[in-house]
Amino acid sequence: MRVARHLWLATLLWLLPLVPTAAQTLPSSDACRDCHLALEEESLVAPARAYERDVHAETGFGCLACHGSGGTNQLNPAAGFLAAPERREIPGMCGRCHSDAVFMRQFDPGLRVDQVQEYWTSRHGELLQDSNDPDVATCIDCHPAHEIRPADDPASTVHPSNILSTCGRCHANPARMAAREIGTSQVAEYTGSVHGQLLLEEGDLSAPVCNDCHGNHGAAPPGLASVRNVCGQCHSVMADYFDDSAHGQIFEEADLPGCALCHEHHAIESVDDAALLARSEDVCLTCHEPPDTLGLEFRRIAAVLDTLNRAAEASRAILEEAENVGMEVSQALFELEDVGNAQTRAHSAIHTFQVAPVREQVAAGMEITVRAAERGREALDEHRFRRLGLGASASIILLLIIGLLMKIRELERAEDTS
Amino acid sequence: MKDGDSSTKPVTRKRFVDWLLGTSAGGFLAAVFYPVARYIVPPEVPEASVNSVTLAFAADDVPSNFGRIFKFGTRPGILVRTPGGELRAFSARCTHLDCTVQYREDLSHIWCACHNGHFDLNGRNIAGPPPEPLQVFDVNERGGQIVVSVRS
Amino acid sequence: MTDGTGPGSRARGAIGRFASWLDDRIGLSAIMPVLRKKEVPVHRHSFWYYIGGMALFLFLLQIATGILLLFYYRPSAEGAYESIQFLMAEVEFGWLIRSIHSWGANLMIFMAFVHMFSVMLLKAYRAPREITWITGVGLLFVSMGLGFTGYLLPWNELSFFATRVGTEIPGVVPVVGPFIRDVLRGGEDVSGATLTRFYALHVSVLPALAFMLVALHVLLVQRHGMSVPPSIEAEGGPRRSMKFFPQFLLRDLVGWLAALAMLAAAAAFFPAHLGEKADPFAPAPAGIQPEWYFMFMFQTLRYLPAEIMGIEGELVGVGAFGVVGIVLLFVPFLDKPKGPDAKPGKLWTWLTFGALAYILLFSYLGYTFDPNA
Repeated sequence: MRVARHLWLATLLWLLPLVPTAAQTLPSSDACRDCHLALEEESLVAPARAYERDVHAETGFGCLACHGSGGTNQLNPAAGFLAAPERREIPGMCGRCHSDAVFMRQFDPGLRVDQVQEYWTSRHGELLQDSNDPDVATCIDCHPAHEIRPADDPASTVHPSNILSTCGRCHANPARMAAREIGTSQVAEYTGSVHGQLLLEEGDLSAPVCNDCHGNHGAAPPGLASVRNVCGQCHSVMADYFDDSAHGQIFEEADLPGCALCHEHHAIESVDDAALLARSEDVCLTCHEPPDTLGLEFRRIAAVLDTLNRAAEASRAILEEAENVGMEVSQALFELEDVGNAQTRAHSAIHTFQVAPVREQVAAGMEITVRAAERGREALDEHRFRRLGLGASASIILLLIIGLLMKIRELERAEDTS
Repeated sequence: MKDGDSSTKPVTRKRFVDWLLGTSAGGFLAAVFYPVARYIVPPEVPEASVNSVTLAFAADDVPSNFGRIFKFGTRPGILVRTPGGELRAFSARCTHLDCTVQYREDLSHIWCACHNGHFDLNGRNIAGPPPEPLQVFDVNERGGQIVVSVRS
Repeated sequence: MTDGTGPGSRARGAIGRFASWLDDRIGLSAIMPVLRKKEVPVHRHSFWYYIGGMALFLFLLQIATGILLLFYYRPSAEGAYESIQFLMAEVEFGWLIRSIHSWGANLMIFMAFVHMFSVMLLKAYRAPREITWITGVGLLFVSMGLGFTGYLLPWNELSFFATRVGTEIPGVVPVVGPFIRDVLRGGEDVSGATLTRFYALHVSVLPALAFMLVALHVLLVQRHGMSVPPSIEAEGGPRRSMKFFPQFLLRDLVGWLAALAMLAAAAAFFPAHLGEKADPFAPAPAGIQPEWYFMFMFQTLRYLPAEIMGIEGELVGVGAFGVVGIVLLFVPFLDKPKGPDAKPGKLWTWLTFGALAYILLFSYLGYTFDPNA
């Protein structure tokens, strides 16, 4: 039965070019879809079903916009019909429209038109170009053919929340990556990183994901010199400090990968002052030999940061103590939160690799903690004063009660004698 | 009480009781009315309001193309005088990760140092990671005093 | 100092002249013979006579501190919490006034309960004191209403959700329930509208009602004098008594001062909490509790099954408490000796002990209840 149907279809397809009237009218998009949806083979049904959700379908493009060429309405490859394009042909096929500024302007004037150009500069593009690598990603691996959604659509494979799994489909797959040098640990490392946690656990879509550092169409590892620039997109204050630091120049001359040398690439951890010294010593000692006094500076930085942390904790403890005995210190607690800003600035200043700038920021934070501690102590003093006042008024009341009791006895005695 | 006791004793005792009662009653009244009187006297700190705040600095203290942080209830606010001379106020809490934003004279707009977030002088997030605009407050100037209030 | 010649006595003379001038115009001196004539029976249950006076003192204290709180309180969802925060943090002795008001409310309701149970057990509601009893029960209900409405006014998390639960309860009554609930709340849910409503009830409607009831209650007590318990009456023997003025009143005063000192100590050591500001959209925090005097009812409703004989369980509970409330009002009419010379029945004494045991047990269960278990 099934074979018969296929045979029938095949015959029909071959006959089509021979029937001029049919060739001009039959393969409209609706016709393609209707036939494909009626088929039994899932791989032939799926594209037709998926295309209903495709942004191109919504804009009014039919199947032949990609599967035909030059507006042909014929299913004859000889006339330009493309059944399943070769991987190599895909960038060019998409670029037919997407690289045409005049054409694209009609639909989305804001959309860039250099994606294909960028693609050829990417590692994917290079491999495709040089070795026709069958495993390398082309347009349709990130933007699934027949179901392309714009990047701001949460259902899109290139929405920030989905990028990790889109890239990870190949890059976290050992079978795919077996022949390559880059390993498959990136997705796991990123997932545990501070950025990964922000994106995946807190749903912060502004947290950087793969494409924010590697580029999207031009995806490639940032060059050694450009790591600082990539991180500096967001961490600009730290990047500026770093540029002016001794390391900035030395790293550049020695072709060392800026930020990543200390912070790793994918497994970037959040700053934890407690582990700062231990971690940094490991890192510093890779270059600085133990007798090197330069390492001492970091020890001093850690100590200065620690002072602020301890002071903030101590102030908070005093305020909480005051709060626990029922004093109202919410304003002081709020003001203490400002220490967080000072700590952030101090952490930025670490990237000067000198203690003085860090100390300056810490000093500003210390002022806040001192004020908070003062408010807390005042509240506790007030609390003691209340007890004192209570003692005083309770004694007065006690005296009054004694007086009353004596008066009562006196009255009773007067009654008895009368 | 026995009849043999001297007749002056009950009198002194009565006097003492009356004295004790009078003094302690006076003390008691003082102990009651002192706190009440202190309570009624308005405190020096003006009543905090969540909806509006009078800034501790005068309008003249804010030159053109300059920004200042102020306390708005329980959160920081930023007052900006635009290069055009207009006063504007926003929540100073960055919508990205709650850092306190600052005014950049060189860029003439608001900037968050934590992750390089930029906001224009309408509070709109124009660059960097901040996902939302800053909350905009109303600014009113009364005789040199600046009153910032929540936009209703 | 010899009598009659010092400056003090001259002043006293002036005061005396003013007093007699005033008396000619007002005629207050007519009260003194009444007060002097009034006697309080003395027997082994006399202690309980002081409790009513104590509740009265606490009621007056609540009025005084309540008026002071009105100086700073702002009844709106936006400003209530902040104004109390300001009162506690910035206003001098604001913490004291608020804490005394808060602790005093609890002590007053406690004393009202003690007073009621003592009256029940000593059968002081016997004729001709039925109306006194009814006004007393009315006062207890009004006090509980004052407690319930006052609890919400700080607009903090705990009071917000407790009020939401509390106002939900009349909603189970068929037909009119949801209407009553919405009227109480001033809308479908607890909101700023509920706050202004509760505020109006708490500072004007209920105090005015309480004031009228107190006046009637005290007037009736003066008219009938203190009731002597039947057990003492049965013993016969010589009756002892003491003058109300000044002996009994002075003793009252001692109790009141002791109560005030206790409240001040409670205020200094355990100031009234404020907690977090109410956020109607936040999930209800764990451990929502009503005030302790509602706990036994709250706990009862928690134990009721979803359905009792085809009727909603909660409705049965609410109905039962309603019936108990009505029965309570009419106790003097229900507890009547059967014959002309019949002994007073023990039934109501046992019922009173039963109710007391029930309240204690369910309050205990309420405070040890683990909602996760």
